[in-house]
Amino acid sequence: MGKTLTEKILGRKAGREVSAGEVVTVSPDYYLSHDNSAAIIGEFKKLGVARVRAPEKIVIILDHIVPAADEKYAQNHKAIREFAAAQAIPNFFDIQHGVCHQVLSEEGFALPGKVIVGSDSHTTTYGAFGAFAAGIGRTETASIWATDEIWLRVPETLKVEFSGKFQAGVYAKDAILKIIGDNGADRANYEAVEFSGPAAGVFSAASRMTMANMAAEMGAKNAYFEPDAVTLDWVKGRAKSEYEVVRSDADAAYEATLKYDLSSLEPQMACPHTVDNVKPVREVEGKPFHQALIGTCTNGRLEDLEAAAKILKGRRIHASVRALVLPASRVVYLDALRQGLLEILSEAGCVILNPGCGPCLGAHEGLLAAGEVVVSTSNRNFRGRMGNRDSEIYLASPATAAASALEGKITDPRKYT
Amino acid sequence: MSKGCVWKYADDVNTDVIFPGRYTYRIMEPAEMAKHALEDLDPEFAKNVKPGDVIIAGKNFGCGSSREQAAACLRAAGVQAVIAKSFARIYFRNAINLGLAVLQCAEASDALRTGDEVDIDFAGGKIISGGRVFKFFPLPASVIGIIEAGGLIEYTKKRLGT
Repeated sequence: MGKTLTEKILGRKAGREVSAGEVVTVSPDYYLSHDNSAAIIGEFKKLGVARVRAPEKIVIILDHIVPAADEKYAQNHKAIREFAAAQAIPNFFDIQHGVCHQVLSEEGFALPGKVIVGSDSHTTTYGAFGAFAAGIGRTETASIWATDEIWLRVPETLKVEFSGKFQAGVYAKDAILKIIGDNGADRANYEAVEFSGPAAGVFSAASRMTMANMAAEMGAKNAYFEPDAVTLDWVKGRAKSEYEVVRSDADAAYEATLKYDLSSLEPQMACPHTVDNVKPVREVEGKPFHQALIGTCTNGRLEDLEAAAKILKGRRIHASVRALVLPASRVVYLDALRQGLLEILSEAGCVILNPGCGPCLGAHEGLLAAGEVVVSTSNRNFRGRMGNRDSEIYLASPATAAASALEGKITDPRKYT
Repeated sequence: MSKGCVWKYADDVNTDVIFPGRYTYRIMEPAEMAKHALEDLDPEFAKNVKPGDVIIAGKNFGCGSSREQAAACLRAAGVQAVIAKSFARIYFRNAINLGLAVLQCAEASDALRTGDEVDIDFAGGKIISGGRVFKFFPLPASVIGIIEAGGLIEYTKKRLGT
């Protein structure tokens, strides 16, 4: 019996052949944390060790509440900066860089065959480049700082096979929303998700990140595309270390295989208050709303801003809505600036925010009042997440968010393509 | 054996409603966290929960963010266990790492109601309520060492000899 990519990566790290269901203890290649590093430092100090075990493996990226929205957040950031300096942590990224998952990928840490853990649930994102990447908690991260080890259960794998190609106005976000809607928020709980099939190659590097990112919303432990030409093209010139291309064997065992034809896919929307409450956009069309949010670790990359700008170019968003744009990183921001996308979006009436997580987690920069509705390109629509508990979040692609902002009501973007 | 009252909720209770994001980087003290436990799901919970109470839920309890406060706030509120049909994976790990008992038992999840009194026999793997007995899924052997040590911090200290 062959092995899946996950079994192979974890087996190589464990130094033996492993299969789904086994528990392995491994030393990860990198461990990510963000603003929650302040709390992790607190836990680390309880452990009674003076130094972190492997400072070069720690990646800290400040992104959740940047720049600090108040004194409390400022104090957290200060504690993190001081700790990073005192422990000589080389990979500390301060507030100017952007959302952790985008920055860690751009900086060349997310590579085929790597094991990356992060104290953020969307750590799954790095599977876009063929890494094993899983979210963990704060206490666990503190323990890894001290030991450079973690135990992991080797997950079973759910395969999702794509065929066909995207129609105009339909994107990776629509594909992942459709999959989550069809199969439920816990379909892949504790499992790996492999995105493959004859059409896997049509997904760009950026859209693979969208898919792997949102697999967390169906409970996945990790999610990935097998490395191919798209992957190698992305990592070229970026890779921070040597890496090994790992793919699943043809006779690997899967828990199940789901099949999706991209050609018949239409724009999708996750309606309040769960990510698996998904409907075609045309069934929600016409609903008035108050704020659009284009950005975040799910959809804040250049191709996302391009999709929005294409629809908004030379037009003005509707007077009844406000639109926020959050490029996922400084690199994306600069590219969008140089290509004139930020100018288009600003002229259309959007507010361009600094790269970061912004209002996605409900901490700052554009929260919702009671009764307000947002159309957001982010990954979660849980009650109260972006502000008042009586606000509503609809999740969609950047094109759907832009077309909706233009009309002041939820709109299928295909009429603008 | 320890006795408590049931607070019952549905499927897919997510970490945003267990502990809202607006507090995640502001509140560091467990006792303060407890005051906001389940705030966006059931505003009555934090005001009325008693030490030893038990949360009963459906499938996928704790889905969403990796925020550990969603386990810490319940433990600080005195919740002795969460019994659900299934748990989201990061939540399951976080709860164990913090010493909050997470028990998988579909029968208890279906049968028990808010206000029911329950006894939990952790060693015997049994949940007892009004003459009914429900057996729960034993935790994997690999995590028992962590729980026995009183959580991951104590477990790691032991390993490191600090």
